[in-house]
Amino acid sequence: MKAWFEKHFGKAWLALVYAFLYMPLLFMVVFSFNSTRQDANFTGFSFRWYEALTKDTKIVEGFWLSVQVALVTGVLSAVLGTFAAFVLVRYRRFLGRTAFSGMVNAPLVMPEVVIGLSLLLLMVGAQNVFGWPERGMFTIILGHTLLGMAYGMVVVQSRLLEMNRSIEEAAMDLGARPHEVFFLITLPNIAQGILAAFLLSFTLSFDDVVISEFLSGPGVNTLPQVIFGYARRGINPTIYAAATLLILTVTIVIISYSVWVARQTRKREREIAAATRAGTAAIQPA
Amino acid sequence: MASTNLSMPGRRFVIGVPYGWLLIFFLLPFLILLYISFVDMGNDINPFKPIWDASTGLLKLKYENYWSIFRTGEGGALFQTLYIEAYLRSIWYALCTAVLCLLIGYPFAYFIARSKPSVRPALLMMVMLPFWTSFLLRVYAWKGILADQGVINQFMMAVGLTSEPVQMLYTNVSMLVGMTYVYLPFMILPLYANLVKMDFRLLEAAYDLGTSPFKAFWLITVPLSKAGIVAGFMLVFIPSVGEFVIPSLLGGPENIMIGRVVWDEMFTSNNWPRASALAVVMIGLIVVPLAFYYRYTGEAAEAKH
Repeated sequence: MKAWFEKHFGKAWLALVYAFLYMPLLFMVVFSFNSTRQDANFTGFSFRWYEALTKDTKIVEGFWLSVQVALVTGVLSAVLGTFAAFVLVRYRRFLGRTAFSGMVNAPLVMPEVVIGLSLLLLMVGAQNVFGWPERGMFTIILGHTLLGMAYGMVVVQSRLLEMNRSIEEAAMDLGARPHEVFFLITLPNIAQGILAAFLLSFTLSFDDVVISEFLSGPGVNTLPQVIFGYARRGINPTIYAAATLLILTVTIVIISYSVWVARQTRKREREIAAATRAGTAAIQPA
Repeated sequence: MASTNLSMPGRRFVIGVPYGWLLIFFLLPFLILLYISFVDMGNDINPFKPIWDASTGLLKLKYENYWSIFRTGEGGALFQTLYIEAYLRSIWYALCTAVLCLLIGYPFAYFIARSKPSVRPALLMMVMLPFWTSFLLRVYAWKGILADQGVINQFMMAVGLTSEPVQMLYTNVSMLVGMTYVYLPFMILPLYANLVKMDFRLLEAAYDLGTSPFKAFWLITVPLSKAGIVAGFMLVFIPSVGEFVIPSLLGGPENIMIGRVVWDEMFTSNNWPRASALAVVMIGLIVVPLAFYYRYTGEAAEAKH
């Protein structure tokens, strides 16, 4: 009775929550192919919203701007996040360590409105003093990187903490120089984390509305800003078409990333197994 | 340093780059925000006046920006301003969201943790997948689903549950559906991480000793997953308080939250000092529960030792 209840209730609950999580995605995919502007009735299959999408200059321009912003943000965040994670994991004592760790983590809990507002005030101040920077792509990237760096740091940090330090020590004992140890041992070991940091901050940037709204200048609108503008006005199936393409892209990227990670893990396990076999054979001659 | 594998200049570079970046783009903006929250509103060209009075050489701190948050006018009624209402509303919605996420997410995380180990990664992956697709678009989709002419209303009318469309969009319903939807994964993941480590043999032992499943759940499972519940609650509550996009898209005029008020104060009223003061108070609002959380996790870690 107990087990029966748990088994069936459990399955039903999982199914319901997954339905809840996927309903909006399914909804957008279905209605992106609708032949009319209607939202509740599927009146017929058509590609007209995809056609409208390619002709909407605001969306197309916003898309290219967002891709550029997200690429630069992803790279900057992965680099700065790796630096910050390295500092936090490896350097136990230096002046202002507590302040540093507080500042890296703070953007994770700060409301985006506060981050956007304070950065805007900085940019306005800088512009008054130096006449630079003009609000636009550059300032948006700065804002996104502040957030992306914090998330990137968390991802790389967990990777660094998991890593076995004795490999590095072994390399040093065998005479490897510090930079050789870093590039030959440490970096390949945390590469997965760095790639995850890049993907995560790319996604955050590609999706961000609030910080962009604060930091963009006139005529500079990222894709989420364009969509946010449309969304406030009402239903527009063109956005469903954009959403469908995005869902497709994300699914492909996530699946290939997981396949890559699984393959890496298996490869490493094989290598470790082979090394262990060789080691045991060396110690215990038959 | 026992085993620093970078030379001293290298070390300085590795620390200096992120440190400098944070000082310029995190600390400095925050100090400017704090500064502007204490100055007078200026004329149209300069949205604020300098804090330093050149004629007297004295600092002039304007507390009025903060006072105006808490009282209606000079000597007016306390705690009855629109701002206080917006703060309270934000906290209320954030609490409701966290509770709803917990009610939906706890059984969900529990059943994933009890499923076969081979299917768990796939089940978790399915939780994460929507999270990687645009948050904005997923919120926007709810607009179409919950609208008067939307899927749910059409369905209810077709089945005969209702003859007229029920207004769900731009109400508390749509707000909470949107917020719960977006923040649910933040609740599920820490709960799962906690529950999966639980020793379910404890439950079996309790059953063998005659405890009812319900009682065993409350006496064993819930106390053991307390850390996961608290972590999930914080992860949902904190970003919910400052939420800007969901109330703008799914909420009605009576659902305005504090993030939106800061925005309007900044760009509609052009009152930069007051927007800054509101933002500073908002930070305070988030720091208090966080401080409790860190104390709680600190104590939990100490209790373990």
